[in-house]
Amino acid sequence: MTTRRFWAFIEQEEGHAHPVSWELLGVIRRLASQVREEAEAAGDEVVVEGVLLGHNVGHIAQEALCYGADRVYLLDDPVFTHYRNRPYYKTLEEVAQKHEPEVFLIGATTLGRDLAGAVATALRTGLTADCTQLEMGEVKGSPQKLLLATRPAFGGNIMATILCRQNRPQMSSVRPRVFPMPERNPHPQGEIVREAVSVTEEDALSRILEFVRPEGESVNIEYADVIVAGGRGLGTAEGFGLLQQLADALGGVVGASRPCIDAGWIGNAHQVGQSGQTVRPKLYIVAGVSGALQHKVGMQNSDFIVAINTDPDAPIFDVADVGIVGDLYEVIPAMLEQLAARRKARGSGGGHQEVSA
Amino acid sequence: MFHALVAVKQVPDTTNIRIDPETGNLVREGVPAIMNPYDAHALAEAIRWKRQLGGKVTVVSMGPPNFVVTIREAIEMGADRGVLVSDRKFAGADTLATSYVLAETIQAIHEEDPIDVVFFGKQAIDGDTAQVGPGVAVRMGLPIVTYVVKIRELDLERRRIVAERKTERWTEVIELPLPALLTCEKEIAEIPFAPLPDLIRSLRYDPEMWTMSGPLEFDKGQVGVRGSPTIVFKMGTPPLPEAGEKIDAREVGVAEAVKQTFAKADAAGILDTVLGGAR
Ligand SMILES: Cc1cc2nc3c(=O)[nH]c(=O)nc-3n(C[C@H](O)[C@H](O)[C@H](O)COP(=O)(O)OP(=O)(O)OC[C@H]3O[C@@H](n4cnc5c(N)ncnc54)[C@H](O)[C@@H]3O)c2cc1C
Ligand SMILES: Nc1ncnc2c1ncn2[C@@H]1O[C@H](COP(=O)(O)O)[C@@H](O)[C@H]1O
Repeated sequence: MTTRRFWAFIEQEEGHAHPVSWELLGVIRRLASQVREEAEAAGDEVVVEGVLLGHNVGHIAQEALCYGADRVYLLDDPVFTHYRNRPYYKTLEEVAQKHEPEVFLIGATTLGRDLAGAVATALRTGLTADCTQLEMGEVKGSPQKLLLATRPAFGGNIMATILCRQNRPQMSSVRPRVFPMPERNPHPQGEIVREAVSVTEEDALSRILEFVRPEGESVNIEYADVIVAGGRGLGTAEGFGLLQQLADALGGVVGASRPCIDAGWIGNAHQVGQSGQTVRPKLYIVAGVSGALQHKVGMQNSDFIVAINTDPDAPIFDVADVGIVGDLYEVIPAMLEQLAARRKARGSGGGHQEVSA
Repeated sequence: MFHALVAVKQVPDTTNIRIDPETGNLVREGVPAIMNPYDAHALAEAIRWKRQLGGKVTVVSMGPPNFVVTIREAIEMGADRGVLVSDRKFAGADTLATSYVLAETIQAIHEEDPIDVVFFGKQAIDGDTAQVGPGVAVRMGLPIVTYVVKIRELDLERRRIVAERKTERWTEVIELPLPALLTCEKEIAEIPFAPLPDLIRSLRYDPEMWTMSGPLEFDKGQVGVRGSPTIVFKMGTPPLPEAGEKIDAREVGVAEAVKQTFAKADAAGILDTVLGGAR
C-alpha cells in the first residue's frame, strides 16, 4: 500500500494565517477525493496534509485541521519568525523529499510566489502559476489521474491547461479568492506532527533590517464583502467620488479596471483582474467597465453581480446577475436615493449624509 | 569595479494581443515584440549603479535569434556586453528548463568575470509566472530578494546590498551579502534616454551567440522540451457563465430599473446581508 499525499502550504505571518491557506485546503480536499476511488481500487491511501512553518504557530496548525487537513506537519523555529526565501525553501525541499507528496499547492501571494519557484526548482519539478481551475483527471498514457492545472495564457485571452507527467510533486500556485472558503469544522479529527528543523540562521543569508508599514488607510479589496467598481466609462477621476458614496452606503470598498489605474484616477491597490486582485464579494456593482476577459477573471466568482453600462452589448453583461443598460451617472444616484429611503423606512438611524439630496 | 548581470526577455506586447472573434484564435500578426518591461526597469537600475560606481553591465537572454533586437536595445540603454543563448534544442522550455540554461550561462560568466548583482524582472508579461528568477537563485545558490522597489545601499567593499521589497503588508528592508539576485518592480528605476554614443554602438553591436555546441556544455536532458516537466495539455477559451437579466433603464426609467435590480438582489438574499453590515 502506498500513501498518496495531497499537500497545501499553510501561509502565515506574525502568527496570523493567510486565508488563502484555507482556500487551498478546500481545493486539495476536493482533488484528493477525485482520486479516492482509483486509490482504493489499488489498495492505496489518500491523505490531505498541510505544511506550516513559523515560530509559535501551533494554534494555526490546529486551525488547519479545522479547515480540512488530516495531518499538519509543523516546523516551528525562531528562524521562521519572519518569512525569508532560503530557510523556507530549503525546509520545504527537505520535508517534501522525506514525505514525497503527489500534489503540492501554494498560495500565489507575494510570499507564496517568492517561495514556490524556489521550491519547485530545488525539487526539479513542474510548477504552474496562478491556476484558476484545478482537477485530477485521466490522461492517456498515465496509470494514475494527473493534476490538470488551468491558467490564463497570452495576456489572459486564452486558458491553457498544463500538466506535469513525470516529476513529483505536481505543483501549482493559486491566487487568493479564486476558490471558495471551505466550511470550518470545530471538532476535527486530524493530527499535528512536529518535524525537526535543520536550517539555521547562517543558512538564511539575509537579514530583515526593518519593516516599513504603509501610512494611512490601506485598502484590502481582496476580502471585501461589497465592491463598487468603475472603469473607463467614468470618464474622470472624480467619478470615483460617486462610487465611493455608493460603497460607503453599502459598507464596501471601491474597485477599478486597469485603465483607471493607468490613467492615475485611483491607486493600483484598487485594481480588479488578472494583473490586479481577484475578488469574491457578496455583491459586486460594476459601472462603466466593458468586461474584458482580464477583468472578468478577477471578479466572475462574486456571489451577485450588478453591471451598469450604456452599451447593451457590453460583455460585462455576460457575467452579471442583473444588468442595467443605462448611464452610470443617472443609475448610481438613483441607487443612493433608494438605499437612503430604505434605511429611513427601516428606521436604522438615518442614511448616509451625502445621500440626502 | 561593479559588474551587474541582467536577464532580459523579449515578449510580445500583450496589450496588443487580440483574439479573432470569428475563429477564437490568437492573432499573432502585427503584435510588436518588446523588451519585457520589468526587465527594462531592472536594466535601467543596473546602468544607474554602473554610472555611479564605475564598472559594467552584461545582459543575457535565452531565445530565438530575433532576440538580438532586444539585446541591441539593452546596449542602446547602456549595457556593455550581450550574450544570446540560442539553439533550436532550447525551444519549448518551461520555467525549470529556462532557469537551467540561464543559471549555467550566468555561472560561466561569473567565473570568468565575477558578478556582484544579478538583476531579473519581477515577471515576464507573456507568462506572468515570476518563477525563473527564484529558480536561477536556487540553482546558483545565491541569496535572493524579490519584488524590489529600491536599492538603498550597494557596498562593494563590505560586500553587501540593502534592498526594499514591497509585499501586501509592508515594505521589508533586507540586507544580503554579495553576490545576490534581485527581481525588480517597475518602480526601481525610470528608463533613461539613450545617450548618443550608446545608440550608435548598439546599431552595430552583435551579441555573442552561445549554443548547444559551445562555448558551454549544456546537458541535453535539461534543456528545451526534454528538460521541461510541464506540458500544455490543451488550450481554449473559458466557458461563459449564464448571463442574468438585462433591464434597459432607457425603456423602463432609471428609478424603476434600480428598483427591479434591488428586488432581485433581495430575492437572492444579498442586499439584506450587505445592508446589515453597512454603517
Ligand atoms: C496582460 C493584460 C492584463 C490585464 N489585466 C487587467 C486587469 O487586471 N484588470 C482590468 O480591468 N483590465 C486588465 N487588462 C485590460 C483589459 O484588457 C481591458 O482593456 C480593460 O479591462 C478595459 O477597461 P474598461 O472596461 O474600464 O474600459 P473600456 O473597455 O474602454 O470600457 C468602458 C465601458 O464603459 C461604458 N461606458 C461609457 N460611458 C458610460 C456611462 N456614462 N455609463 C455607463 N457605462 C459607460 C462603455 O460602454 C464601455 O463598455 C489587462 C490587459 C492585458 C493585456
Ligand atoms: N528566456 C529568458 N531569457 C532571459 N531572461 C529570462 C527569460 N525568461 C525569463 N527571464 C527572466 O526571468 C524573469 C521572470 O520571468 P518569468 O518567470 O517567466 O515570469 C524575467 O523578468 C526575466 O528577467
